[in-house]
Amino acid sequence: MSHAEAHDHHHGPEPGFMRWLKTTNHKDLGALYLMFSLAMFIVGGLMSLVIRAELFTPGMQFVDPQFFNSMTTMHALFMIFGGVMPAFTGLSNYLIPIQLGAPDMALPRINNMGFWILPIAFGMLLSTLFMEGGAPAGGWTLYPPLSMQTGDAMPFLVFSIHLMGISSITGAINVIVTILNLRAPGMDLMKMPLFCWTWLITAFLLIAVMPVLAGAVTMLLTDKYFGTTFFAAAGGGDPVMFQHIFWFFGHPEVYIMILPAFGVVSQIIPTFARKTLFGYSSMVYATAAIALASVIVWAHHMFAVGLPVAAELFFMFAAKMISVPTGVKVFNWVATMWRGSMTFETPMLFSLGFVILFTIGGFSGLMLAMTPVDFQYHDSYFVVAHFHYVLVPGAVFSLFAAVYYWLPKWTGTMYNEKLGKLHFWLSTIFINVLFFPQHFLGLAGMPRRIPDYSLQFAEFNFMSSVGAFAFFITQFIFLYNLITTCRGKWEKATDQVWEGAKGVEWEMLPSPLPYHTFEQQPDLSDYEPHPTH
Amino acid sequence: MSSAFMSRTGALMSKLAIAASLGMVSQAATAEYALNMPVGVTEISREVYDLHMLVFYVCCVIGAVVFGAMIYSIIAHRKSKGAKAANFHHSTVVEIVWTAIPFVILMALALPAAKTLVKMENTRGAEMSIKVTGYQWKWQYEYIDEDVSFYSTLSQDSNFARQKNSGVDLESVDNYLLDVDNPLVVPTDTKIRLLLTAADVIHAWWVPDFAVKKDAIPGYINETWMQIDEPGTYRGQCAELCGRDNGFMPVDVIAKEPAEYQKWLAEQKGETASVATEQNVALAQ
Ligand SMILES: [Cu+2]
Repeated sequence: MSHAEAHDHHHGPEPGFMRWLKTTNHKDLGALYLMFSLAMFIVGGLMSLVIRAELFTPGMQFVDPQFFNSMTTMHALFMIFGGVMPAFTGLSNYLIPIQLGAPDMALPRINNMGFWILPIAFGMLLSTLFMEGGAPAGGWTLYPPLSMQTGDAMPFLVFSIHLMGISSITGAINVIVTILNLRAPGMDLMKMPLFCWTWLITAFLLIAVMPVLAGAVTMLLTDKYFGTTFFAAAGGGDPVMFQHIFWFFGHPEVYIMILPAFGVVSQIIPTFARKTLFGYSSMVYATAAIALASVIVWAHHMFAVGLPVAAELFFMFAAKMISVPTGVKVFNWVATMWRGSMTFETPMLFSLGFVILFTIGGFSGLMLAMTPVDFQYHDSYFVVAHFHYVLVPGAVFSLFAAVYYWLPKWTGTMYNEKLGKLHFWLSTIFINVLFFPQHFLGLAGMPRRIPDYSLQFAEFNFMSSVGAFAFFITQFIFLYNLITTCRGKWEKATDQVWEGAKGVEWEMLPSPLPYHTFEQQPDLSDYEPHPTH
Repeated sequence: MSSAFMSRTGALMSKLAIAASLGMVSQAATAEYALNMPVGVTEISREVYDLHMLVFYVCCVIGAVVFGAMIYSIIAHRKSKGAKAANFHHSTVVEIVWTAIPFVILMALALPAAKTLVKMENTRGAEMSIKVTGYQWKWQYEYIDEDVSFYSTLSQDSNFARQKNSGVDLESVDNYLLDVDNPLVVPTDTKIRLLLTAADVIHAWWVPDFAVKKDAIPGYINETWMQIDEPGTYRGQCAELCGRDNGFMPVDVIAKEPAEYQKWLAEQKGETASVATEQNVALAQ
């Protein structure tokens, strides 16, 4: 304590670039993560525009098929590992300490390292576009033997995935240690806001599966350069084993990208319904159940590889079971709104959009889990529509909701509500123009990952491409709103910001947040964020 | 360019109008406008289609209940209408009910699915077998015990038209990207076993009308089967990313009446034999 007293004066951040390079402050790092993810969303978005431009009309117009494959591969890698995951890590950095009354994250230097690894990893990955043999083009799933045909990009791809994995794991360890050790006195686990709960569970998933991915790509590397034959049938290896290992990582990865989104929405809906979250504890248990189930369903991505029928039956039943706890969550959100006193500010709009459109993605997921029918859906545009529904109006909408919700708290300035609403409505319209027709394309028989198609697919591809460009352009409204809010162009925000907001950050901290929040941890023994029984 | 744009927009509009008026479930609409999965021409494909529609309707009902409650709440329980927030925050009974009901629904869906799945995977009793090998980027078909084998590649017209900025009017190409030089020819009303493998990377053999999609994997021999009810030409594509020309290795199947098929087979055998003789002559010289 005497140390803290000696530094009684608030020392602010260092000026200039060195502040960001050397910072160990959780808010600085949160901001860095979020800005980095925004940049990656733009890069990944531009890649998707290359894809949609080529698919605008039948025939090959702009790119070589090989480059097209690079674009689908890199788009996925950038969006998943560069966009969605760092964005949620950024939110965890920003929010977990202030929600739990902690002075900072538990391991601030690791935190700094975890962030600065990312620009290196993605710089390296981006540089493969200019290499002999082109960027990776075997799909983000990296299935061998096809991924063995990658040129000079291969070791850079593998090493950049290693770096992303290290970064994710440092973030995950930091979340776990912070939540388990740095909660303010009286902040029991079952008092934590759901964002902290969902992140705690996500962090365990990350630690469980990121090393599995690292192992899988390392085996690809040794297969290619060191003469091993883990996945090469000619040497006694097994190409299908890669898929088992990959999806043992890959399916939990889906929940790594969506559980924190559940947390965000579970906090925003009660605020704008002015009503306590319905079924707090069942929300926590449902999250844990989803996470546990997510590690025993991986092979539902692989029904077409020719699994034994017993395995197909097991994975069908297991995959279906995941929709039970997921359904509980959706029902709880609706019950939270029920007989509330609702208003519809931008964060609420994005959360409601999330609930409806994520659920539509859940429905197509339920359909995909029907093994016999999956033989029709598998690797078709139906799958593309499905996972984009859960990832874009799912995960990404929750990120928009989170930014609009907490930005006034972070910056002390209220964003422009009119622009926010405009951003929501245009995004919602265009995201459906973009992805809904892809269901029809898939059902009609269009495979995914093809650069050209026969003429019966022309109309819906055309529509989808129009939606893609319109959605991308719409995001400039968000960008403008974001930048002007950070610069303090609009009204000042109050400390509570939202009338119905409950929680440490809203009730005990000023807007904007000071550079250091809790030099003395608050005593939260008497604090009742929600009824606990 | 602009007229092509206009006609495409027009076609899209009419398609959407039809989709809206008939709904994506009408069979008439599906056959013509390909909004839905094809019913197909095998017993399995019809079962798969029925399962698809079943799970789709179940989703519609759940969606109507959940979104209905949500939208009612959004309209009725808004602050601007003077709604005061209620105080309830959990209900064990309700929570058990809405865990149990989905569980029962899922079981009810999974059971018929399991039945069809077991049928799909039962390749016993096949009357003939064809080995299918995927290559970058073509298929090879070998008729087992018949000494007939050939490669099946994208048709020349399509291959020419699909080159970047070829300038070819795609409407003038027959079945752009779907026609091959040598289609697979099979008999109707016959249980045909397919043995799938690949020579280089993983491919997937997919014909929506048969509800058959199976990976062709190097080092593996996968099995699947089909029994086609109606003569006709059925088209599909390679469905597993297999490199640069993944989009350009279609699957074409022509189903003929058994007698017609036997005639075709005899012709093929003649050809294969004559090719073999020529080769022997060439070797002898
Ligand atoms: Cu292929």
